[in-house]
Amino acid sequence: MLRIPCPWCGPRDEPEFQCGGQSHMVRPEPWHEVAEATWGDYLFTRQNPKGVHLERWGHVNGCRQWFNVARNTVTHEIVAVYGMTDPVPASVAGAKP
Amino acid sequence: MKRYNAWNMLWQGLTGHRGWEPAWRSPEPKPRYDVVIIGGGGHGLACAYYLAKNHGITNVAVLERGWLGGGNTGRNTTIVRSNYYYPQSAALYDFSLRLYEGLSKDLNYNVMFSQRGVMNVLHTRHDMEAGHRWVGAMNLNGIDAFMLTREEVKQRIPLLNTAPDARYPVLGGFVQPRGGTARHDAVAWGYARAASALGVDILQNCEVTGFRKSAEGRVVGVETNLGYIGAEQVGMAVAGHSSVIAGLAGFRLPVSSYALQAFVSEPLKPVMDTVMTSFGTGMYFSQSDKGGLVIGGGLDHYLSYAQRGNTPMLRHVLGAVADQLPSIGRVRLLRQWAGIVDVVHDSSPILGETPVPGLFINCGWGTGGFKAIPVGGWMLAHHIATGRAHDIAAPFALKRFHTGALVDEAAASGIPH
Repeated sequence: MLRIPCPWCGPRDEPEFQCGGQSHMVRPEPWHEVAEATWGDYLFTRQNPKGVHLERWGHVNGCRQWFNVARNTVTHEIVAVYGMTDPVPASVAGAKP
Repeated sequence: MKRYNAWNMLWQGLTGHRGWEPAWRSPEPKPRYDVVIIGGGGHGLACAYYLAKNHGITNVAVLERGWLGGGNTGRNTTIVRSNYYYPQSAALYDFSLRLYEGLSKDLNYNVMFSQRGVMNVLHTRHDMEAGHRWVGAMNLNGIDAFMLTREEVKQRIPLLNTAPDARYPVLGGFVQPRGGTARHDAVAWGYARAASALGVDILQNCEVTGFRKSAEGRVVGVETNLGYIGAEQVGMAVAGHSSVIAGLAGFRLPVSSYALQAFVSEPLKPVMDTVMTSFGTGMYFSQSDKGGLVIGGGLDHYLSYAQRGNTPMLRHVLGAVADQLPSIGRVRLLRQWAGIVDVVHDSSPILGETPVPGLFINCGWGTGGFKAIPVGGWMLAHHIATGRAHDIAAPFALKRFHTGALVDEAAASGIPH
Protein backbone atom coordinates (compact mmCIF):
# COMPACT_ATOMS: atom_id res chain seq x y z
CA MET A 1 0.00 0.00 0.00
CA LEU A 2 1.42 3.36 -1.02
CA ARG A 3 0.88 6.26 1.35
CA ILE A 4 0.68 9.30 -0.91
CA PRO A 5 1.03 12.82 0.52
CA CYS A 6 -1.66 14.82 -1.29
CA PRO A 7 -0.58 18.47 -1.22
CA TRP A 8 -4.11 19.47 -0.19
CA CYS A 9 -5.31 16.59 2.00
CA GLY A 10 -2.10 15.23 3.54
CA PRO A 11 -1.05 11.55 3.53
CA ARG A 12 -3.78 9.23 2.25
CA ASP A 13 -3.95 5.58 1.14
CA GLU A 14 -3.26 4.45 -2.42
CA PRO A 15 -6.83 3.40 -3.41
CA GLU A 16 -7.90 7.07 -3.22
CA PHE A 17 -5.49 7.92 -6.04
CA GLN A 18 -4.96 7.17 -9.70
CA CYS A 19 -1.60 7.29 -11.45
CA GLY A 20 -1.73 9.38 -14.61
CA GLY A 21 1.60 8.29 -16.04
CA GLN A 22 4.64 10.27 -17.07
CA SER A 23 4.67 13.98 -16.32
CA HIS A 24 6.28 16.96 -18.09
CA MET A 25 5.45 15.75 -21.60
CA VAL A 26 5.44 18.46 -24.24
CA ARG A 27 3.44 18.05 -27.44
CA PRO A 28 5.66 18.58 -30.49
CA GLU A 29 4.64 21.65 -32.51
CA PRO A 30 3.74 22.82 -35.08
CA TRP A 31 1.77 19.71 -36.05
CA HIS A 32 2.38 20.04 -39.80
CA GLU A 33 6.13 19.96 -39.34
CA VAL A 34 6.34 17.06 -36.88
CA ALA A 35 8.10 14.00 -38.33
CA GLU A 36 6.39 10.60 -38.05
CA ALA A 37 9.06 9.27 -35.73
CA THR A 38 8.77 12.28 -33.40
CA TRP A 39 4.99 11.99 -33.33
CA GLY A 40 5.16 8.22 -32.70
CA ASP A 41 7.54 8.77 -29.81
CA TYR A 42 5.27 11.45 -28.37
CA LEU A 43 2.29 9.09 -28.52
CA PHE A 44 3.85 5.83 -27.42
CA THR A 45 7.37 6.09 -25.99
CA ARG A 46 7.49 6.77 -22.27
CA GLN A 47 10.16 7.06 -19.63
CA ASN A 48 10.44 3.65 -17.97
CA PRO A 49 13.33 4.05 -15.53
CA LYS A 50 14.48 1.52 -12.97
CA GLY A 51 14.83 4.31 -10.42
CA VAL A 52 13.17 7.69 -9.86
CA HIS A 53 10.21 8.39 -12.16
CA LEU A 54 8.39 11.72 -12.49
CA GLU A 55 4.67 11.01 -12.75
CA ARG A 56 1.23 12.53 -12.29
CA TRP A 57 -1.16 11.35 -9.60
CA GLY A 58 -4.78 12.38 -9.17
CA HIS A 59 -6.58 12.29 -5.83
CA VAL A 60 -9.57 11.01 -7.80
CA ASN A 61 -11.48 9.61 -4.82
CA GLY A 62 -10.67 12.61 -2.65
CA CYS A 63 -10.17 16.29 -3.48
CA ARG A 64 -9.83 15.41 -7.21
CA GLN A 65 -6.72 17.56 -7.62
CA TRP A 66 -3.79 16.41 -9.77
CA PHE A 67 -0.14 16.84 -8.76
CA ASN A 68 3.34 15.56 -9.58
CA VAL A 69 5.16 12.81 -7.71
CA ALA A 70 8.79 11.68 -7.98
CA ARG A 71 8.71 8.00 -7.04
CA ASN A 72 11.31 5.26 -7.06
CA THR A 73 10.06 2.37 -9.21
CA VAL A 74 12.14 -0.23 -7.33
CA THR A 75 11.46 0.74 -3.70
CA HIS A 76 8.20 2.66 -4.42
CA GLU A 77 9.55 5.40 -2.12
CA ILE A 78 8.05 8.82 -2.86
CA VAL A 79 10.98 11.23 -2.91
CA ALA A 80 9.19 14.49 -3.87
CA VAL A 81 5.69 15.88 -4.37
CA TYR A 82 5.16 19.11 -6.31
CA GLY A 83 2.52 21.07 -8.20
CA MET A 84 1.29 20.29 -11.69
CA THR A 85 2.97 23.34 -13.24
CA ASP A 86 6.04 23.45 -10.97
CA PRO A 87 9.49 22.70 -12.40
CA VAL A 88 11.28 19.50 -11.40
CA PRO A 89 12.59 19.99 -7.83
CA ALA A 90 16.37 20.24 -7.46
CA SER A 91 16.38 17.20 -5.15
CA VAL A 92 15.37 14.91 -8.05
CA ALA A 93 17.12 16.81 -10.83
CA GLY A 94 18.82 13.57 -11.98
CA ALA A 95 15.49 12.08 -13.08
CA LYS A 96 14.58 12.70 -16.71
CA PRO A 97 11.40 14.70 -17.23
CA MET B 1 22.22 -35.91 -23.23
CA LYS B 2 20.80 -38.93 -21.49
CA ARG B 3 17.27 -39.29 -22.83
CA TYR B 4 14.32 -39.53 -20.49
CA ASN B 5 12.42 -42.68 -21.46
CA ALA B 6 10.92 -45.76 -19.87
CA TRP B 7 14.03 -47.90 -20.41
CA ASN B 8 16.38 -45.34 -18.81
CA MET B 9 13.95 -44.80 -15.94
CA LEU B 10 13.85 -48.54 -15.30
CA TRP B 11 17.63 -48.94 -15.60
CA GLN B 12 18.34 -45.99 -13.32
CA GLY B 13 15.76 -47.28 -10.86
CA LEU B 14 17.52 -50.62 -10.70
CA THR B 15 20.96 -49.02 -10.33
CA GLY B 16 20.15 -46.47 -7.62
CA HIS B 17 19.63 -43.42 -9.88
CA ARG B 18 23.39 -42.76 -9.90
CA GLY B 19 23.75 -42.39 -13.67
CA TRP B 20 21.73 -39.24 -14.37
CA GLU B 21 23.56 -36.18 -15.69
CA PRO B 22 22.84 -32.53 -14.95
CA ALA B 23 20.07 -31.36 -17.31
CA TRP B 24 22.35 -28.74 -18.87
CA ARG B 25 26.06 -27.92 -18.87
CA SER B 26 27.41 -24.89 -16.97
CA PRO B 27 30.47 -23.94 -19.02
CA GLU B 28 32.87 -21.02 -18.72
CA PRO B 29 32.07 -18.25 -21.20
CA LYS B 30 33.96 -18.35 -24.49
CA PRO B 31 35.52 -15.08 -25.71
CA ARG B 32 33.05 -14.86 -28.58
CA TYR B 33 29.94 -16.48 -30.01
CA ASP B 34 28.01 -16.31 -33.27
CA VAL B 35 24.92 -15.31 -31.33
CA VAL B 36 24.51 -14.06 -27.76
CA ILE B 37 21.00 -14.12 -26.29
CA ILE B 38 20.36 -11.81 -23.32
CA GLY B 39 17.79 -13.31 -20.97
CA GLY B 40 17.57 -16.91 -19.79
CA GLY B 41 13.81 -17.07 -19.49
CA GLY B 42 11.59 -19.14 -21.71
CA HIS B 43 11.85 -16.86 -24.75
CA GLY B 44 15.67 -16.61 -24.66
CA LEU B 45 16.14 -20.34 -24.12
CA ALA B 46 13.61 -21.18 -26.83
CA CYS B 47 15.42 -18.84 -29.22
CA ALA B 48 18.72 -20.58 -28.53
CA TYR B 49 17.12 -23.99 -29.04
CA TYR B 50 15.53 -23.04 -32.37
CA LEU B 51 18.73 -21.35 -33.56
CA ALA B 52 20.46 -24.69 -33.07
CA LYS B 53 17.65 -26.98 -34.17
CA ASN B 54 16.08 -25.06 -37.07
CA HIS B 55 19.08 -23.15 -38.38
CA GLY B 56 22.12 -25.18 -37.31
CA ILE B 57 23.65 -22.25 -35.39
CA THR B 58 25.11 -23.85 -32.27
CA ASN B 59 27.86 -21.40 -31.28
CA VAL B 60 25.34 -19.62 -29.08
CA ALA B 61 25.32 -18.35 -25.49
CA VAL B 62 22.33 -17.49 -23.33
CA LEU B 63 23.19 -14.94 -20.63
CA GLU B 64 21.01 -14.90 -17.54
CA ARG B 65 21.45 -12.34 -14.77
CA GLY B 66 19.87 -14.57 -12.12
CA TRP B 67 18.80 -18.18 -12.53
CA LEU B 68 17.02 -19.85 -15.44
CA GLY B 69 13.33 -19.11 -15.54
CA GLY B 70 13.56 -17.00 -12.37
CA GLY B 71 11.81 -14.02 -13.90
CA ASN B 72 8.39 -14.05 -15.51
CA THR B 73 8.79 -17.62 -16.78
CA GLY B 74 8.59 -18.80 -13.17
CA ARG B 75 6.08 -16.14 -12.06
CA ASN B 76 3.14 -16.50 -14.44
CA THR B 77 -0.10 -18.42 -14.00
CA THR B 78 0.88 -20.99 -16.68
CA ILE B 79 -2.04 -20.38 -19.04
CA VAL B 80 -1.67 -21.19 -22.75
CA ARG B 81 -4.33 -19.97 -25.22
CA SER B 82 -4.67 -18.29 -28.61
CA ASN B 83 -8.06 -16.56 -28.23
CA TYR B 84 -7.09 -13.24 -29.79
CA TYR B 85 -9.07 -11.00 -32.07
CA TYR B 86 -7.01 -9.89 -35.05
CA PRO B 87 -5.74 -12.32 -37.74
CA GLN B 88 -2.11 -11.32 -37.12
CA SER B 89 -2.40 -12.18 -33.43
CA ALA B 90 -4.33 -15.39 -34.08
CA ALA B 91 -1.61 -16.59 -36.45
CA LEU B 92 1.10 -15.74 -33.92
CA TYR B 93 -0.44 -17.23 -30.79
CA ASP B 94 -1.87 -20.31 -32.50
CA PHE B 95 1.58 -21.09 -33.92
CA SER B 96 2.70 -21.08 -30.30
CA LEU B 97 -0.18 -23.23 -29.08
CA ARG B 98 0.54 -25.79 -31.79
CA LEU B 99 4.21 -25.89 -30.79
CA TYR B 100 3.11 -26.45 -27.19
CA GLU B 101 1.05 -29.43 -28.33
CA GLY B 102 4.23 -31.22 -29.45
CA LEU B 103 6.68 -29.65 -27.04
CA SER B 104 7.14 -32.46 -24.50
CA LYS B 105 8.05 -34.87 -27.30
CA ASP B 106 10.20 -32.35 -29.15
CA LEU B 107 12.23 -31.47 -26.05
CA ASN B 108 12.15 -34.97 -24.51
CA TYR B 109 10.98 -33.19 -21.36
CA ASN B 110 7.51 -33.37 -19.86
CA VAL B 111 6.17 -29.81 -19.79
CA MET B 112 2.82 -31.18 -18.53
CA PHE B 113 0.81 -29.36 -21.17
CA SER B 114 -2.82 -29.97 -20.31
CA GLN B 115 -5.46 -28.85 -22.82
CA ARG B 116 -8.19 -28.44 -20.24
CA GLY B 117 -9.83 -25.51 -22.02
CA VAL B 118 -9.80 -21.79 -21.27
CA MET B 119 -13.21 -20.38 -20.36
CA ASN B 120 -14.34 -16.77 -20.27
CA VAL B 121 -17.36 -16.16 -18.04
CA LEU B 122 -19.78 -13.42 -19.07
CA HIS B 123 -21.94 -11.46 -16.64
CA THR B 124 -23.96 -8.85 -18.55
CA ARG B 125 -25.80 -8.48 -21.84
CA HIS B 126 -22.86 -6.40 -23.07
CA ASP B 127 -20.43 -9.13 -22.05
CA MET B 128 -22.53 -11.57 -24.08
CA GLU B 129 -22.35 -9.35 -27.15
CA ALA B 130 -18.59 -8.97 -26.72
CA GLY B 131 -18.28 -12.74 -26.33
CA HIS B 132 -20.21 -13.44 -29.54
CA ARG B 133 -18.09 -10.90 -31.40
CA TRP B 134 -14.88 -12.39 -30.05
CA VAL B 135 -15.87 -16.00 -30.81
CA GLY B 136 -16.90 -14.93 -34.32
CA ALA B 137 -13.52 -13.32 -34.91
CA MET B 138 -11.69 -16.35 -33.63
CA ASN B 139 -13.67 -18.69 -35.87
CA LEU B 140 -12.96 -16.47 -38.87
CA ASN B 141 -9.27 -16.70 -37.99
CA GLY B 142 -9.47 -20.49 -37.95
CA ILE B 143 -9.33 -20.84 -34.15
CA ASP B 144 -11.90 -23.16 -32.61
CA ALA B 145 -14.02 -21.57 -29.89
CA PHE B 146 -17.72 -21.53 -29.04
CA MET B 147 -20.26 -19.97 -26.75
CA LEU B 148 -21.54 -21.67 -23.61
CA THR B 149 -24.89 -21.35 -21.89
CA ARG B 150 -25.18 -20.50 -18.22
CA GLU B 151 -25.97 -24.15 -17.48
CA GLU B 152 -22.86 -25.33 -19.30
CA VAL B 153 -20.67 -22.86 -17.39
CA LYS B 154 -22.25 -23.97 -14.13
CA GLN B 155 -21.66 -27.63 -14.94
CA ARG B 156 -18.01 -27.07 -15.84
CA ILE B 157 -17.17 -24.72 -12.93
CA PRO B 158 -19.22 -25.89 -9.94
CA LEU B 159 -17.31 -23.51 -7.66
CA LEU B 160 -18.72 -20.48 -9.46
CA ASN B 161 -21.56 -18.53 -7.87
CA THR B 162 -24.22 -18.62 -10.60
CA ALA B 163 -27.14 -17.55 -8.41
CA PRO B 164 -29.45 -15.01 -10.10
CA ASP B 165 -28.85 -12.54 -7.25
CA ALA B 166 -25.04 -12.86 -7.35
CA ARG B 167 -23.05 -9.63 -7.53
CA TYR B 168 -21.74 -10.93 -10.87
CA PRO B 169 -24.57 -13.11 -12.25
CA VAL B 170 -23.50 -15.57 -14.96
CA LEU B 171 -25.30 -15.23 -18.30
CA GLY B 172 -22.99 -17.51 -20.27
CA GLY B 173 -19.44 -17.87 -21.43
CA PHE B 174 -17.16 -19.05 -24.18
CA VAL B 175 -14.36 -21.54 -24.36
CA GLN B 176 -11.26 -22.32 -26.37
CA PRO B 177 -11.02 -26.09 -25.82
CA ARG B 178 -7.39 -26.38 -27.01
CA GLY B 179 -6.23 -23.85 -24.43
CA GLY B 180 -4.92 -24.99 -21.08
CA THR B 181 -1.93 -24.92 -18.78
CA ALA B 182 1.68 -26.11 -18.82
CA ARG B 183 4.28 -26.44 -16.10
CA HIS B 184 6.19 -23.16 -16.43
CA ASP B 185 9.50 -24.24 -14.84
CA ALA B 186 9.55 -27.33 -17.05
CA VAL B 187 9.26 -25.16 -20.17
CA ALA B 188 12.41 -23.24 -19.21
CA TRP B 189 14.28 -26.32 -18.08
CA GLY B 190 13.21 -28.38 -21.08
CA TYR B 191 14.39 -25.74 -23.57
CA ALA B 192 17.62 -25.27 -21.58
CA ARG B 193 18.36 -29.00 -21.56
CA ALA B 194 17.58 -29.46 -25.24
CA ALA B 195 19.56 -26.36 -26.25
CA SER B 196 22.54 -27.37 -24.12
CA ALA B 197 22.53 -30.81 -25.73
CA LEU B 198 22.82 -29.13 -29.15
CA GLY B 199 25.87 -27.13 -27.98
CA VAL B 200 24.40 -23.91 -26.61
CA ASP B 201 26.26 -22.44 -23.62
CA ILE B 202 23.97 -21.39 -20.78
CA LEU B 203 25.61 -18.84 -18.50
CA GLN B 204 23.75 -18.07 -15.30
CA ASN B 205 24.64 -15.23 -12.90
CA CYS B 206 25.92 -13.35 -15.95
CA GLU B 207 24.56 -9.81 -16.11
CA VAL B 208 24.94 -7.62 -19.18
CA THR B 209 26.29 -4.22 -18.13
CA GLY B 210 26.87 -2.63 -21.54
CA PHE B 211 27.26 -3.06 -25.28
CA ARG B 212 30.39 -2.68 -27.40
CA LYS B 213 29.81 -1.29 -30.90
CA SER B 214 31.89 -0.91 -34.04
CA ALA B 215 32.67 2.48 -35.59
CA GLU B 216 29.57 2.03 -37.78
CA GLY B 217 27.41 1.52 -34.70
CA ARG B 218 26.94 -2.22 -35.08
CA VAL B 219 26.92 -4.36 -31.95
CA VAL B 220 30.08 -6.47 -31.71
CA GLY B 221 29.71 -7.79 -28.17
CA VAL B 222 28.44 -7.29 -24.65
CA GLU B 223 30.12 -6.29 -21.41
CA THR B 224 29.17 -8.52 -18.50
CA ASN B 225 30.15 -9.12 -14.89
CA LEU B 226 32.07 -12.17 -16.23
CA GLY B 227 33.98 -10.00 -18.69
CA TYR B 228 33.58 -9.03 -22.33
CA ILE B 229 31.84 -11.51 -24.65
CA GLY B 230 32.04 -10.92 -28.40
CA ALA B 231 29.09 -11.68 -30.67
CA GLU B 232 28.24 -11.54 -34.36
CA GLN B 233 24.64 -10.89 -33.44
CA VAL B 234 22.78 -10.27 -30.19
CA GLY B 235 19.18 -11.04 -29.30
CA MET B 236 17.40 -9.69 -26.24
CA ALA B 237 14.40 -11.28 -24.52
CA VAL B 238 14.25 -9.64 -21.11
CA ALA B 239 10.53 -8.75 -20.70
CA GLY B 240 10.10 -6.16 -17.94
CA HIS B 241 13.73 -5.07 -18.15
CA SER B 242 13.62 -4.36 -21.90
CA SER B 243 13.83 -0.60 -21.36
CA VAL B 244 16.89 -1.03 -19.14
CA ILE B 245 18.78 -3.15 -21.70
CA ALA B 246 17.64 -0.88 -24.55
CA GLY B 247 18.99 2.05 -22.55
CA LEU B 248 22.40 0.34 -22.35
CA ALA B 249 22.29 -0.10 -26.14
CA GLY B 250 21.31 3.53 -26.68
CA PHE B 251 17.68 3.49 -27.79
CA ARG B 252 14.22 3.78 -26.24
CA LEU B 253 11.21 1.48 -26.42
CA PRO B 254 7.43 2.12 -26.19
CA VAL B 255 7.38 -0.17 -23.15
CA SER B 256 6.12 0.47 -19.63
CA SER B 257 6.99 -1.96 -16.84
CA TYR B 258 4.27 -2.90 -14.36
CA ALA B 259 3.91 -5.48 -11.60
CA LEU B 260 1.46 -8.32 -12.29
CA GLN B 261 0.56 -10.34 -9.22
CA ALA B 262 -0.29 -14.00 -8.82
CA PHE B 263 -1.42 -16.11 -5.88
CA VAL B 264 -1.40 -19.79 -4.98
CA SER B 265 -3.64 -21.34 -2.34
CA GLU B 266 -2.95 -24.30 -0.09
CA PRO B 267 -3.41 -27.62 -1.96
CA LEU B 268 -6.96 -28.88 -2.30
CA LYS B 269 -8.56 -32.03 -3.67
CA PRO B 270 -9.48 -31.60 -7.38
CA VAL B 271 -12.18 -28.93 -7.59
CA MET B 272 -11.46 -27.25 -10.94
CA ASP B 273 -10.57 -28.95 -14.24
CA THR B 274 -10.45 -25.94 -16.57
CA VAL B 275 -9.17 -22.36 -16.63
CA MET B 276 -11.61 -19.55 -15.89
CA THR B 277 -11.48 -15.81 -16.49
CA SER B 278 -14.24 -13.49 -15.34
CA PHE B 279 -15.14 -10.67 -17.73
CA GLY B 280 -16.53 -8.71 -14.79
CA THR B 281 -13.62 -8.69 -12.36
CA GLY B 282 -10.64 -9.77 -14.45
CA MET B 283 -9.99 -12.53 -11.90
CA TYR B 284 -8.75 -15.79 -13.39
CA PHE B 285 -7.87 -19.11 -11.83
CA SER B 286 -7.08 -22.75 -12.43
CA GLN B 287 -5.91 -25.65 -10.27
CA SER B 288 -2.36 -26.95 -10.50
CA ASP B 289 -1.52 -30.63 -10.50
CA LYS B 290 -0.29 -30.17 -6.92
CA GLY B 291 -3.79 -29.02 -5.98
CA GLY B 292 -3.12 -25.32 -5.38
CA LEU B 293 -5.51 -22.83 -6.88
CA VAL B 294 -3.46 -20.53 -9.13
CA ILE B 295 -5.08 -17.08 -9.15
CA GLY B 296 -4.38 -13.85 -11.00
CA GLY B 297 -6.00 -10.56 -11.86
CA GLY B 298 -5.02 -7.08 -13.00
CA LEU B 299 -1.89 -4.97 -13.00
CA ASP B 300 -0.74 -2.54 -10.34
CA HIS B 301 -1.28 0.54 -12.49
CA TYR B 302 1.94 2.45 -11.92
CA LEU B 303 5.49 1.75 -13.06
CA SER B 304 7.24 -0.83 -10.94
CA TYR B 305 10.37 -2.96 -10.98
CA ALA B 306 9.53 -4.45 -7.55
CA GLN B 307 8.62 -8.12 -7.97
CA ARG B 308 6.07 -8.18 -5.17
CA GLY B 309 2.85 -6.32 -6.08
CA ASN B 310 0.80 -4.16 -3.79
CA THR B 311 -2.16 -4.70 -1.47
CA PRO B 312 -4.97 -2.75 -3.23
CA MET B 313 -4.83 -5.04 -6.28
CA LEU B 314 -4.42 -8.05 -3.98
CA ARG B 315 -7.62 -7.05 -2.22
CA HIS B 316 -9.42 -6.54 -5.53
CA VAL B 317 -8.49 -9.97 -6.89
CA LEU B 318 -9.09 -11.90 -3.67
CA GLY B 319 -12.34 -10.00 -3.12
CA ALA B 320 -13.45 -11.31 -6.51
CA VAL B 321 -12.44 -14.85 -5.46
CA ALA B 322 -14.41 -14.59 -2.21
CA ASP B 323 -17.49 -13.25 -4.02
CA GLN B 324 -17.47 -15.38 -7.17
CA LEU B 325 -16.15 -18.62 -5.63
CA PRO B 326 -17.81 -18.43 -2.20
CA SER B 327 -17.05 -22.02 -1.19
CA ILE B 328 -13.30 -21.35 -1.24
CA GLY B 329 -13.52 -17.95 0.40
CA ARG B 330 -11.80 -19.27 3.52
CA VAL B 331 -9.08 -21.26 1.76
CA ARG B 332 -5.67 -19.94 2.79
CA LEU B 333 -3.01 -18.61 0.45
CA LEU B 334 0.42 -20.20 0.37
CA ARG B 335 2.23 -17.60 -1.68
CA GLN B 336 1.84 -14.24 -3.40
CA TRP B 337 4.33 -12.61 -5.75
CA ALA B 338 4.62 -10.43 -8.86
CA GLY B 339 6.41 -10.44 -12.17
CA ILE B 340 7.45 -7.29 -14.02
CA VAL B 341 5.63 -7.23 -17.33
CA ASP B 342 6.50 -5.18 -20.42
CA VAL B 343 3.30 -3.47 -21.52
CA VAL B 344 3.08 -1.66 -24.86
CA HIS B 345 0.29 0.56 -26.08
CA ASP B 346 -1.43 -1.98 -28.34
CA SER B 347 -0.78 -5.02 -26.11
CA SER B 348 1.03 -6.80 -28.93
CA PRO B 349 4.65 -7.90 -28.84
CA ILE B 350 7.66 -6.19 -30.42
CA LEU B 351 9.65 -8.59 -32.60
CA GLY B 352 12.61 -8.11 -34.86
CA GLU B 353 15.09 -5.34 -35.55
CA THR B 354 16.08 -2.53 -33.20
CA PRO B 355 17.61 0.84 -34.14
CA VAL B 356 21.02 -0.76 -33.35
CA PRO B 357 22.32 -2.98 -36.18
CA GLY B 358 23.05 -6.52 -35.03
CA LEU B 359 20.72 -6.29 -32.03
CA PHE B 360 17.33 -8.03 -32.29
CA ILE B 361 14.47 -7.87 -29.85
CA ASN B 362 11.64 -9.96 -28.47
CA CYS B 363 9.58 -8.05 -25.90
CA GLY B 364 6.23 -6.40 -25.26
CA TRP B 365 4.28 -9.57 -24.47
CA GLY B 366 2.92 -7.78 -21.42
CA THR B 367 0.80 -10.02 -19.25
CA GLY B 368 0.79 -12.91 -21.74
CA GLY B 369 4.38 -13.93 -22.43
CA PHE B 370 4.32 -17.50 -21.14
CA LYS B 371 1.91 -18.81 -23.78
CA ALA B 372 4.10 -17.26 -26.46
CA ILE B 373 7.43 -18.78 -25.42
CA PRO B 374 7.70 -21.24 -28.34
CA VAL B 375 6.68 -18.72 -31.01
CA GLY B 376 8.72 -15.89 -29.45
CA GLY B 377 11.84 -18.04 -29.49
CA TRP B 378 11.11 -19.35 -32.99
CA MET B 379 10.59 -15.88 -34.49
CA LEU B 380 13.65 -14.32 -32.84
CA ALA B 381 15.78 -17.25 -34.01
CA HIS B 382 14.38 -16.94 -37.54
CA HIS B 383 15.17 -13.22 -37.74
CA ILE B 384 18.70 -13.62 -36.36
CA ALA B 385 19.49 -16.60 -38.61
CA THR B 386 17.96 -15.40 -41.88
CA GLY B 387 18.26 -11.62 -41.51
CA ARG B 388 14.59 -11.04 -42.16
CA ALA B 389 11.34 -11.32 -40.24
CA HIS B 390 9.23 -14.46 -40.45
CA ASP B 391 5.90 -13.69 -42.17
CA ILE B 392 4.06 -14.27 -38.89
CA ALA B 393 6.35 -11.86 -37.01
CA ALA B 394 6.47 -9.11 -39.63
CA PRO B 395 3.39 -7.16 -38.40
CA PHE B 396 4.94 -6.88 -34.93
CA ALA B 397 8.02 -4.84 -35.87
CA LEU B 398 9.06 -1.92 -33.66
CA LYS B 399 8.52 0.47 -36.57
CA ARG B 400 4.72 0.11 -36.24
CA PHE B 401 4.80 2.78 -33.54
CA HIS B 402 6.04 5.24 -36.17
CA THR B 403 3.92 4.06 -39.11
CA GLY B 404 0.78 3.74 -37.00
CA ALA B 405 0.03 0.16 -38.09
CA LEU B 406 -0.75 -1.05 -34.58
CA VAL B 407 -2.21 -4.50 -33.86
CA ASP B 408 -4.52 -3.18 -31.21
CA GLU B 409 -5.35 -6.18 -29.06
CA ALA B 410 -5.52 -3.85 -26.05
CA ALA B 411 -9.00 -2.83 -27.17
CA ALA B 412 -9.95 -5.86 -29.27
CA SER B 413 -9.30 -8.67 -26.81
CA GLY B 414 -10.37 -6.80 -23.72
CA ILE B 415 -6.96 -7.31 -22.18
CA PRO B 416 -7.30 -5.51 -18.86
CA HIS B 417 -4.43 -3.07 -19.20
